[in-house]
Amino acid sequence: MDLTLKIWRQASANEKGQFINYPVTDISPDASFLEMLDILNEELVHKDEDPVAFDHDCREGICGACSLFINGRPHGPDKGITTCQMHMRHFKDGETIVIEPWRAKPFPVIKDLMVDRSAFDEIIQAGGFISVKTGGIPDANAIPIPKRVADIAMDAAACIGCGACVAACKNASAMLFVAAKVSQFARLPQGKVEARERVQNMVAKMDELGFGNCTNTYACEAECPKEISVSHIARMNSEFLISKLASQKK
Amino acid sequence: MTKLDAKIPQGPLAEKWTTYKQDLSPVNPANKRRLEIIVIGTGLAGASAAASFAELGFKVKAFTILDSPRRAHSIAAQGGINAAKNYPNDGDSIYRLFYDTIKGGDYRAREANVYRLAEVSNNIIDQCVAQGVPFAREYGGLLDNRSFGGALVSRTFYARGQTGQQLLLGAYSALSKEVGKGNVQMYNRRDMMELVIIDGRARGVIMRNLVTGELERYSAHAVVLATGGYGNVFFLSTNAMASNGSAIWKAYKKGAFFGNPAFTQIHPTCIPVKGDYQSKLTLMSESLRNDGRIWVPKHKEDAQKIRDGQLKPTEIPEDRRDYYLERRYPAFGNLVPRDVASRAAKERCDAGFGVGRTGLAVYLDFADAINRLGKQVIEARYGNLFQMYEKIVDENPYETPMMIYPAVHYTMGGLWVDYELQTTIPGLFAAGEANFSDHGANRLGASALMQGLADGYFILPYTIQSYLNDQIRVPFFKTDLPEFDQAENSTKATIDRLLSIKGKNTVDSYHRKLGLIMWDHVGMGRNKEGLEKAIRLIRELREDFWNNVRVPGKNEMVNPELEKALRVADFLELGELMAKDALQRKESCGGHFREEYQTEEGEALRDDENFSFVSAWEYKGADQEDVLHKEILEHEFLHVTQRSYK
Ligand SMILES: Cc1cc2nc3c(=O)[nH]c(=O)nc-3n(C[C@H](O)[C@H](O)[C@H](O)COP(=O)(O)OP(=O)(O)OC[C@H]3O[C@@H](n4cnc5c(N)ncnc54)[C@H](O)[C@@H]3O)c2cc1C
Ligand code: FES
Repeated sequence: MDLTLKIWRQASANEKGQFINYPVTDISPDASFLEMLDILNEELVHKDEDPVAFDHDCREGICGACSLFINGRPHGPDKGITTCQMHMRHFKDGETIVIEPWRAKPFPVIKDLMVDRSAFDEIIQAGGFISVKTGGIPDANAIPIPKRVADIAMDAAACIGCGACVAACKNASAMLFVAAKVSQFARLPQGKVEARERVQNMVAKMDELGFGNCTNTYACEAECPKEISVSHIARMNSEFLISKLASQKK
Repeated sequence: MTKLDAKIPQGPLAEKWTTYKQDLSPVNPANKRRLEIIVIGTGLAGASAAASFAELGFKVKAFTILDSPRRAHSIAAQGGINAAKNYPNDGDSIYRLFYDTIKGGDYRAREANVYRLAEVSNNIIDQCVAQGVPFAREYGGLLDNRSFGGALVSRTFYARGQTGQQLLLGAYSALSKEVGKGNVQMYNRRDMMELVIIDGRARGVIMRNLVTGELERYSAHAVVLATGGYGNVFFLSTNAMASNGSAIWKAYKKGAFFGNPAFTQIHPTCIPVKGDYQSKLTLMSESLRNDGRIWVPKHKEDAQKIRDGQLKPTEIPEDRRDYYLERRYPAFGNLVPRDVASRAAKERCDAGFGVGRTGLAVYLDFADAINRLGKQVIEARYGNLFQMYEKIVDENPYETPMMIYPAVHYTMGGLWVDYELQTTIPGLFAAGEANFSDHGANRLGASALMQGLADGYFILPYTIQSYLNDQIRVPFFKTDLPEFDQAENSTKATIDRLLSIKGKNTVDSYHRKLGLIMWDHVGMGRNKEGLEKAIRLIRELREDFWNNVRVPGKNEMVNPELEKALRVADFLELGELMAKDALQRKESCGGHFREEYQTEEGEALRDDENFSFVSAWEYKGADQEDVLHKEILEHEFLHVTQRSYK
């Protein structure tokens, strides 16, 4: 396949970026999207040009490192997968593909297609955990958990922290990301103990970091590579309300 | 060889760890605050260690190459984690897990370590459940188990096909809790460049900031390397792209011994190679072997027709199929250990029975399981793996058998450590895949996650105290000491040299070539001639690299090509040591198959009399040969026999 890549190039956070066109030729439809970028980068190195920077690691859709806004959609046109899992057979010979970084204020560009997502870590540090220490724990089977509940918790826990939800949202809201964690823990007996503080702390941190409000457009769910359901947002909202009411009563 | 004291506690096997803990005098809480620990790597081993140290009161600095500690190679583990809980009541016990691990490792692991691993395995499951890890459950609400290769009991806990992800997110949440409290300083996008040694002890590191290129100095009372395995020396492997051998290689060159470098695991069930642009290989979890049956055509004509695209696998009747694992190993069938399954696949393909366009693939067939259990059950068990397969190969595994082929997956070798997980450099510890311990010559499935978390949650938090106990009077280190200057300068010199070559070949082109040399000669089948050739070829390639590599850009920027060049430079040395180790081990054991040493049936032929040892290599300088030391393995508690899965 021969393609034209229209790629966002930006030398660093403080410099202005721009689109630059790169032709690539003879790409196998079985190559992955990132392998196609590898091929481009090899050529750029040969031409003494600066290769395109992008984040990636596992290349199998689980680490959440890869990002890329492809033809106006986070992780490209195919549903339920990450950029690294997308293969070139999804594109047409001769097509122009527009490749941009995540664009959201809390995710500043580091270089080209690479952005800083440490804001997600900060939200988890504010409360995305169960406060148990290592050791001195009762037997794992001491608390039975209905399979149905464990399965819903697992659905929420499948989040890979890639940030597609934020990139997809016109408000750059992190609601789906935060809700997935809140909901995972709120459903499990182990997590219920701190449920109130957790939701308050995480939401406060999310607001502080400049993520926008949720206006229920559900773009996040549509673009989530793990298809995490917005029902977790509803769950979080109710957790948040209960927690607010409880703190007002005090 | 006083340096190689493994420090195994005296007494009966089952009491060694308890005795060790009883004899340990922990560091007083007030003193813990005055002691700093550097943890390099935040995969399962590093994140669990860093969190546990901080909970104990130590000051911790943790580092990862990636943009967040939530992403480490560990996250990709699919199948599960072992523990000796015996919940299914099928006769499991700590002893049986110990026995299976030693046997699976072909009697090349240290008994005391492995027993301890089996012992703490149960605590890991308790810990993870308490952290909110959503393991799979049965309808009654209790935890579910499945079986894995090399075991006849069901002891593997799992969270769909994303066990590594869930365990890592558990450890990450524990780590995040401590970062939030200020007990851990977390440094993302940092690459370890050099280990700093002061008065013979590990006291610090030089890190490259991957955003600015700046070389940064950090000091501590002890350093833990939890930087994962070095399978990427083969270029194509199932490892994540950033996985590398550089941190442990730097430690090796500063005097830490390297244990069993040749012991590599080639995993039987990976998606076959498809093109020369390929950047990595994808694993199809071993758990698939629970329900999938492996076969190739019984007749060469059929195999040929399949390769030519004239015949479909579903058109081949039962009596023209060869379920070769079930045929050769009736007791374990499709659940033989990985090394055995990989070699058997290679044997069939080499003999002309392979399928796929290249002939380097065998079938993993779910038709029987789907008939027996229904599509829904199979989907619930393996849905995400099937989806992953379909995305990559563009074929539906519910309708046509999967194609698989062995690929490099795991390195049993790593820094040599004693019972306390301390290397031969005082104050330098190694955990997880980065050390050599526990798995001998072959690792059993679902045991790496167990080992990483055992090391981090339950072993290091004790053993590191035995070292730190006499460090309490040592004040915080300044980083303007000459040792830091020297380490930084040597790093800078290496970087400058790489940038100044301005040759004509890309870094990846060297990495690919190295990978091919390794795969052809230091891979599944090894022999004297091939290994000698590999050593020669690697030396030539290294020479070429240092004269003709092209690394664009400068140091003071985001420069992934430079990052890769630094790693490949180390792989070009490490690869040679792997070949040397494989050459000296004139026996076959586990994943190390020397073609000269096999039984009549083509099974690995061990030589216990001469090779029942851990090889521990010592670096002597760039122009000198590495020196081999031997830690003799005393099999005190297990009767050593020829491994049989028949
Ligand atoms: C596809 C796949 C599936 C697997 N499935 C299973 C399974 O089902 N069960 C099982 O038991 N095992 C499985 N394994 C093996 C297991 O996942 C690994 O052995 C284990 O996770 C390694 O953990 P670790 O903490 O030692 O290292 P890693 O997870 O590799 O972590 C290494 C850490 O070190 C950091 N690092 C590395 N180099 C540097 C450097 N130079 N400077 C700074 N930081 C650095 C990295 O950023 C990372 O944080 C699987 C492996 C693969 C590849
Ligand atoms: S690189 Fe890991 S999810 Fe894409």
